[in-house]
Amino acid sequence: MEEKQIYTISIYTENNVGILNRLSAIFLKRHINIESMTVSKSEIDNVHRFTFVVKLSETRARKIIGQLEKQIEVIRAFYHTEDEIIYQETALFKVSTEHLYDEEIQGRLKFRRANIVTITEHFFVLEASGLKEDIDRLYNKLKPYGLMQFVRSGRIAITRPKMAISELLQEIN
Amino acid sequence: MNTQTQTVPIDIGKKPSSIKTESISGAEAVIKCLLAEGVDLLYGYPGGAIMPIYDELYKFQDKLHHVLTRHEQGAAHAAQGYARVTGRVGVAMATSGPGATNLVTGIADAQIDSTPMVCITGQVASHLLGSDAFQETDIIGISTPVTKWNYQITKASEIPEIMAKAFYLARSGRPGPVLIDITKDAQFGEVDFSYKKCENVRSYKAVPEFNIDKIKEVAELINNAKKPFIVFGQGVILGQAEKEFKAFIEKADIPSASTLLGLSALESKHRLNVGLVGMHGHYAPNKLTNECDLLIAIGMRFDDRVTGNLETYAKQAKVIHFEIDPSEIDKNVKTDVAVLGDVKETLSEILSLVTIGNHKEWLQEFQKLYDIELEKVINDQLNPTKKGLTMGEVLGGINKETKGDAVIVSDVGQHQMFACRYADFIKTRSNVTSGGLGTMGFALPAAIGAKMGVPDREVIAIIGDGGYQMTIQELGTILQTDIAVKIVVLNNSFLGMVRQWQELFFDRRYASTVMKNPDFVKIAEGYGIEATSVSKREDLANAIKTMVASENSYFLEVVIEQEDNVFPMIPTGASVSDVRLS
Repeated sequence: MEEKQIYTISIYTENNVGILNRLSAIFLKRHINIESMTVSKSEIDNVHRFTFVVKLSETRARKIIGQLEKQIEVIRAFYHTEDEIIYQETALFKVSTEHLYDEEIQGRLKFRRANIVTITEHFFVLEASGLKEDIDRLYNKLKPYGLMQFVRSGRIAITRPKMAISELLQEIN
Repeated sequence: MNTQTQTVPIDIGKKPSSIKTESISGAEAVIKCLLAEGVDLLYGYPGGAIMPIYDELYKFQDKLHHVLTRHEQGAAHAAQGYARVTGRVGVAMATSGPGATNLVTGIADAQIDSTPMVCITGQVASHLLGSDAFQETDIIGISTPVTKWNYQITKASEIPEIMAKAFYLARSGRPGPVLIDITKDAQFGEVDFSYKKCENVRSYKAVPEFNIDKIKEVAELINNAKKPFIVFGQGVILGQAEKEFKAFIEKADIPSASTLLGLSALESKHRLNVGLVGMHGHYAPNKLTNECDLLIAIGMRFDDRVTGNLETYAKQAKVIHFEIDPSEIDKNVKTDVAVLGDVKETLSEILSLVTIGNHKEWLQEFQKLYDIELEKVINDQLNPTKKGLTMGEVLGGINKETKGDAVIVSDVGQHQMFACRYADFIKTRSNVTSGGLGTMGFALPAAIGAKMGVPDREVIAIIGDGGYQMTIQELGTILQTDIAVKIVVLNNSFLGMVRQWQELFFDRRYASTVMKNPDFVKIAEGYGIEATSVSKREDLANAIKTMVASENSYFLEVVIEQEDNVFPMIPTGASVSDVRLS
């Protein structure tokens, strides 16, 4: 059996209703769990970019790209290994204000890329961006203080290799 | 608006910058789009959410013939049958909710068998979307995995552009089904109508450009091969490349076998046609798949029913794949050289590059194995000595009467395998069957659509007693339209294929495969269709003759041997070379 690894799949699509359904159905049909997903606009006007993180074999990843690109409104799809991309996630932590001056939290604020987004009488919200592991680490540190809420975004990723998407679009437009 | 044309001079030699429009209802616009796409026939079933369009159909009935089927599934399959024999886009229409969901089986069938089809469904008014309104169903969500494209229209103004796109996507590249869902308010709404055919969608490439270097590489492999072998699929038919295909194989002298859906692309009796591959295909092509040195796949997709166990499929051979859909390359079988593109073009290109071949000895190997199959399987079917009638002899009898010049529409199961194995084809687009999805109930409505597509040809539906009863209500469509479809039900009072598997792999535990059947002749007669039943060998030939000679629809029940099996057979998971003769 070919080894599974984490792939980041970037998909450039038209900006229409229902595309997410069409894309996620391709993973569903093959019983592939989506680890994370982000949708946003891309560097090209009116073109959306989906970023999926999935764990699978390379053969599977290649075939999935074929199926994704086959969808009418998909312009191009790419898959990348971890070392081909620069990626980040963002997380928000809601913590009770009584812990604000704890040494641990102050230390985090100084040395880590964590910012206070808001402070109220009862709670404050920390924002942190980084790799999944960075955020996991921060999560584990803050957990003992009783996280009132925690949320993490899906991965966003930019590739090191060039994606010939802009040229392609110019060509077909 | 006149001021603009007065102030802006229009260059007469070029296209005018503004196209003349008229304000009409969305419903009328739908009809005008269909007419602009050359549609003159569609299948469907009315209901609340599609009534405005039906009202327009009433007004346009002299230009656009609507066939009322007895169930929406019948409409979808009829549109498929029509598309398969004509190559044109089949159109089916239904209302929202159950009307739309009833189309789904036909849509899934068209998707997996690459059939061009446009389905139009009515939808509740847009302000009601998501409110669980009467007969509201999320048909876009439901149909997404089984359509090439789908779209929900909520404004009348979207209709012309979306309809044009629907037809373009359905028929271009690798064809497939498109579903357009139109809310009732969009049907009632007004649109300044002008129609422009769609010829390009920027995110979609219908046909990948071929690479001449790949073709040269392939030609060299072919010219050097000692034992080349071709497996061709429906791509040859969809690409209208039958002529180019034949010229190529004749020049290179390569034995060629068909997939289930490739049948009739090459006449059955052509000297290079070595039969059908796959689970119940012929002995020689299955066996020799694992002995060829070059496997050339043309417009086919290496379905698991074709390949058997992939670990042992043609491992000794180099593999070439001619294909229009890039996602099919290396999907199931790793290819050495892939030739992307339209087969009509790529095969024309390769024709001049291949040398005149001579594979006499290699062809003789096919002949030798055919002779074994003839003795052990085929003779027993075509000229049986056992008491009960065989499915093979019924097909033999049909061949004799039609001389292979009939469209054979088969359902799914044992009879389908017999029909596809034994029917003689002399013309392309003569085999209509549900291949990928294996939809029981497909044949009767598909045969109705096929006959309407090619009214001058004989269309014979071959159906089992099980599948027949899944869409038997379409006899009502025959009654109403007076369409001269011939129906042959091969009745063994069993769900025969499942029974065969139970016999071979489940120690004859016949769980729910015995069928207690009604009087099929009376049922057909109830629908005004002349009908006969035969159970004796001496009556068979005459019954077939009478059926074929009839100018009207005709129903023939043939009561056949109850526990007959289809052989050869590649058991699930076995290698193609382990094909069993008994």
